[in-house]
Amino acid sequence: MSNIQEYVVFKVNEESYGIDIKYVENIEKMLPITRVPYTEAHVQGVVNLRGNVIPVIDLRKRFSIPREDFTDESRIIIVNYKEYTVGMIADSSSEVFQIDRDNVDPAPSIKAGSDDFVREIGKHEGRVVMLIDLKKVLGIESIEAE
Amino acid sequence: MDMSQYLEIFIDESKEHLQHMNTILLDLENNTEDLNLLNEIFRIAHTIKGMAGTMGFTQVANVTHEMENVLHKVRNGEIPVTTVIVDVLFECFDMLEDHINSLESTGQESSTDASPLVKKLQDILINKGSLSPTTPVEEKEESEPEETHIETTTSADGFSLDLSDIGDVLKEAMSQALHPLKIRVTLDENCMLKAARSFIVFNTLEQSGEIVKSHPAAEDIEDEKFERSFEVLYITNAGADIIQHEIANISEISDVYVEEVESEEIVTTSVAPVVEEEIVEVKEVEEVITETVVTPAAPTPAAKKPVKRGKETEDKKQAKDKAKTSKTVRVDIDRLDNLMNLVSELIIIKTRLEVAEGTGNRSNMDDAVEYLERITTSLHDAVMKVRMVPVERTFNRFPRMVRDLSKDLGKNIQLIMSGEETEVDRTVIDEIGDPLIHLIRNSIDHGIENPEDRASRGKKEKGTVALRAYPDGNTVVIEVEDDGGGIDPEKILGIAQDKGVVSDREVETMSDKDIINLLFRPGFSTAEKITDLSGRGVGLDVVKSKIESLNGTVEVDSELTKGSKFTIRLPLTLAIIQALMVNLAEEKYALPLNNIKEITTIEKASISMVQNQEVVLYRNKTLPIIRLSDVLEVPYNEEPEEKNEMIVVIVRKGELEAGLVVDSLIGQQEIVIKSLGRYLTGAKTIAGATILGNGSVALIVDPNQLL
Repeated sequence: MSNIQEYVVFKVNEESYGIDIKYVENIEKMLPITRVPYTEAHVQGVVNLRGNVIPVIDLRKRFSIPREDFTDESRIIIVNYKEYTVGMIADSSSEVFQIDRDNVDPAPSIKAGSDDFVREIGKHEGRVVMLIDLKKVLGIESIEAE
Repeated sequence: MDMSQYLEIFIDESKEHLQHMNTILLDLENNTEDLNLLNEIFRIAHTIKGMAGTMGFTQVANVTHEMENVLHKVRNGEIPVTTVIVDVLFECFDMLEDHINSLESTGQESSTDASPLVKKLQDILINKGSLSPTTPVEEKEESEPEETHIETTTSADGFSLDLSDIGDVLKEAMSQALHPLKIRVTLDENCMLKAARSFIVFNTLEQSGEIVKSHPAAEDIEDEKFERSFEVLYITNAGADIIQHEIANISEISDVYVEEVESEEIVTTSVAPVVEEEIVEVKEVEEVITETVVTPAAPTPAAKKPVKRGKETEDKKQAKDKAKTSKTVRVDIDRLDNLMNLVSELIIIKTRLEVAEGTGNRSNMDDAVEYLERITTSLHDAVMKVRMVPVERTFNRFPRMVRDLSKDLGKNIQLIMSGEETEVDRTVIDEIGDPLIHLIRNSIDHGIENPEDRASRGKKEKGTVALRAYPDGNTVVIEVEDDGGGIDPEKILGIAQDKGVVSDREVETMSDKDIINLLFRPGFSTAEKITDLSGRGVGLDVVKSKIESLNGTVEVDSELTKGSKFTIRLPLTLAIIQALMVNLAEEKYALPLNNIKEITTIEKASISMVQNQEVVLYRNKTLPIIRLSDVLEVPYNEEPEEKNEMIVVIVRKGELEAGLVVDSLIGQQEIVIKSLGRYLTGAKTIAGATILGNGSVALIVDPNQLL
């Protein structure tokens, strides 16, 4: 049994984050986003993804990082978590890392108020990747509580 | 062997067979001589038995096996078809349906024990068409004490207690020289607090012994879920006559019957049936194996039948969450072929467009585009057709319901159905069942009069409820009509005023039709006597809101003493609607056309404030004004200059109306509704989204939420 897992790596505010590849459906360039009223601040709106209406959240807003204009590098990472399909806007995303589980450590809980979005820290070829807890980032708990 | 992959097929097949069986049973009831019907039921029971046996569902297999035995004798003329048999067959049907529904939602057979029913079937076999002589039949008068229990596992001496599971306890008691007694206590007819009285009996008994078992169960007795008598198995060292005397001394007890349990009774009841059952099972497995080979092949998994979900009880609701099977549609292969053809056409036209583009020939291009348009329209039609299912699926549970209800109420009612083949969208089918049940129950309970009343009005004794479905343009119409007493406006008005549903001022201007429509107001229910069927306070307002949530309408016509008719009008499909597209700043929104009453312009000066709400006087009515851009929190890059004339879209919901201020109108358009999904909660004013021609998403406003 190999201990290697694949992670899609994306950048938000110059920092690298990773997400287990099994959740990722695909990665899209920016699409026209339609604003939806009465949603949480980090919900950017909905997009038309090949005939399906998909909600999109902005990871900068989610991580409480000031918004900058979307660039050509900006990507929408489409993830499937349980029955939810959601797009996440990242500053860029172009890599997939194979990280050995031995090189993954639990995240030190130092950042107060960051809502524990980062669950683990992975090391890959001298780079550090923050592995996110998708359930927390998407806010699934608060949705299911309703 | 892993059977899970066959479970869905089994459920689909069984449901289809059961539905068929239901229809035949109803026919059989009116036509007891028809041998073909019997053969058909026999065949169905046989098939289900085979399938259930293979899948290892013993309860289902047991019931169908016994059904087969009974039906075999009936077919051979050894047992006549009587109402008893038909009733028992209906019970079998209910039991099987229960099991199949349970299998569908949990993957397990229902916890309901099939053995009482199996016993009943065996009784019929032994007694040639009737239940065992001591077994109480529900319809009998309740003059004799035995006939008050509904359960039918009656032993030879008339006791309903089942001793088989407590044989060990009894044996031990006997070895200690204690007397196991069977006691039947019958309460006085006029006894008011049956539970309390039986509690006293229990108390008295427990002073000098121990109650091992009771029939009905202790909880049921506490809840007064018994007629007049109950039975207990009691172990004591006192003599039978002493106990009898003690209980008889309690007031409001009309009869006490005490009998000692014989030792041989314990032995025979506790061991023998188990062995017997095992033999039956072994035999059955053998049969089943041979049968499955013969059973015709299962349908292709791709074409599955839609499945209904039971939602009556709370635990079924919970089970729904872990439902094993998903919603499916069984599609006519011709329709799929048609779809296939159209897609091939699409590919051809794509090539044609490429060629036309290459040559730069303008007219070729135009031809191709026009052709493409035709194909997409046909493709759309074809896909919609795939989603269409006949209303038969909803309708075919009604004959049984009407039969049972009219029996319960002592009314003679026939249900006439027509247009079962009318097709509606799959999503609609699921939703209209409950409202229709409600309407049919209403007709039977409140509409159709008692046979005596009907006779005195010179009507046929047999009441008629008609259920019709037919397509009408872009809608489907479903009518529920009865030839009963009709709706009395005066009575309605009286009740409405009593309940404060309507104000006196309103009444002055109301026509009879308006008054009858009060029926649909919340908090209205006219049932004089509360029955099991209707009159529980939830009324037609529920029906109305359900139908309206499907973008449909419901109307009522009634003529006093002649009958009444409820007409439901539903859109053919929920997925596509006509909408008015509007602009708010840079954003586009869709307003469903069926909510829109009219579009007008209003002078800014004519708006006045009443209780913090902008209103205008429009056609002599005050019309609340809602600024849609405020409600939807539309961001404006610059503060828009207030125009003197505002465009107002007047929407309505029932009696309520409001004017929605929009920036500009785009036009009317057919839109495809897409759900926003479960991730975005809280956006209540948004009914969904649609994709516009340019590929961007526009939100659909639900005006009902604004009013």
